[in-house]
Amino acid sequence: MSDTSYREITHNGLWKNNAALVQLLGLCPLLAVTGSVVNALGLGLATLLVLTGSNTAVSLIRTRVSDAIKIPAFVMIIATFTTTTELLMKAYTYELYLILGIFIPLIVTNCTILGRAEAFASKNTVLVSAWDGFTHGLGFGLVLITIGAIREILGSGTLFANMHLLFGPLAENWRIELFGEGYSFLIAILPPGAFLVCGVLIALKNVIDGHIERRQATRRVIIKGAKRVRTTGEIS
Amino acid sequence: MIRAIKDNSLILGIFALITAGLLAGTYLGTKERIAESERKVAQRALLEVVPEDRHDNDMLNDTLSIPQASLKTLGLKSATQLHVARQNGEPTAVIIPAIAPDGYSGAIRLIVGIYTEDNSISGVRIVNHSETPGLGDKVDTNKSDWVLGFNGKSLGNPPVEQWQVKKDRGAFDQFTGATITPRAVVNQVRKVLLYYREDKARLLKAAAETATPAREQPHE
Repeated sequence: MSDTSYREITHNGLWKNNAALVQLLGLCPLLAVTGSVVNALGLGLATLLVLTGSNTAVSLIRTRVSDAIKIPAFVMIIATFTTTTELLMKAYTYELYLILGIFIPLIVTNCTILGRAEAFASKNTVLVSAWDGFTHGLGFGLVLITIGAIREILGSGTLFANMHLLFGPLAENWRIELFGEGYSFLIAILPPGAFLVCGVLIALKNVIDGHIERRQATRRVIIKGAKRVRTTGEIS
Repeated sequence: MIRAIKDNSLILGIFALITAGLLAGTYLGTKERIAESERKVAQRALLEVVPEDRHDNDMLNDTLSIPQASLKTLGLKSATQLHVARQNGEPTAVIIPAIAPDGYSGAIRLIVGIYTEDNSISGVRIVNHSETPGLGDKVDTNKSDWVLGFNGKSLGNPPVEQWQVKKDRGAFDQFTGATITPRAVVNQVRKVLLYYREDKARLLKAAAETATPAREQPHE
């Protein structure tokens, strides 16, 4: 039983162990549906739902499954949540369902979900597991939306186009047009553009991590030399 | 060992039952809404092709079957129905589904509405495609008005030899940087018109036989 705190789980899920930028999992949907914010948001929410649900369910039954059958049992749970989410999207956001197409059922193949179930939910209590699932799903979703926004702006010159597919007819006037009708930058809309934007984001995260690391290292050095005490131990 | 297998199988079996039960429940719970959404989308496509003021029947359910021999011309893989638009019980137009197999990125599904009075096109709409965004996808009405250019055209206007894109010495514009997509659409629409010319008499006769009295459509 790990004694990870909620704060550490949040930091892990959103930044340190981010499913898309660090673990590089779930790249298939990430590359295919991030052409616009509404598509990315739709699939991000669906993945979040499945991840939170499956982590909760796996944690609930973690004592009842032996090692031999835990993987098939987990897969059954994840598949159930995925299909339920698919049916709900088909019923309540039909047009978005048509646009996202095969990528909704493909959520079941997202390694993040089985990964979190196996690595965390099967070994931790329900609330903690649910939170872990939620933060990892949120981290993944935020990356999806960021890439979606960048690709939509660069590729189609708009932002928040077609948001009514998710939020109803009132959201139609959320659309911002940045570069005028007929603007399109093809490579940003096609999958290679997704690879490139994702790569840039990973590089950016590493740069930020490097800065934080250096700042913390400097602080450690300062503290170390701050006192002169006759001990042989380290001052941390 | 046997005990372990028995226990595990039992637990796995119970899991299967529970998950299948949950799925069945969700399926039944959402079935109505899903069917309604699918109807609405199909209805909307048909309405774009034959507007409200040219029909007063329920086109979605007023259908005739397409003869097996003609499925190939229309690019259809399996038996499909075409829709009949009527006014006061008399057929005024037919809406024929077709598939252009030679799009740039695969098959393009479309519907072609033809007025029975003068055999002219009431409208063409692309229902499904995977064409290149920004280039071939201009055949979609929310990207450009190109497909509205088919309205009013027929097999005499322009003459059959000119039912091609301009690049192939025809009368229809293609897109800058994308010829394959409009070519596929123009060719398929021409094939639909040719099928219709051949089958019109039989269709009108079949439509008269299945005529139901005109129903008032509840307008929203």
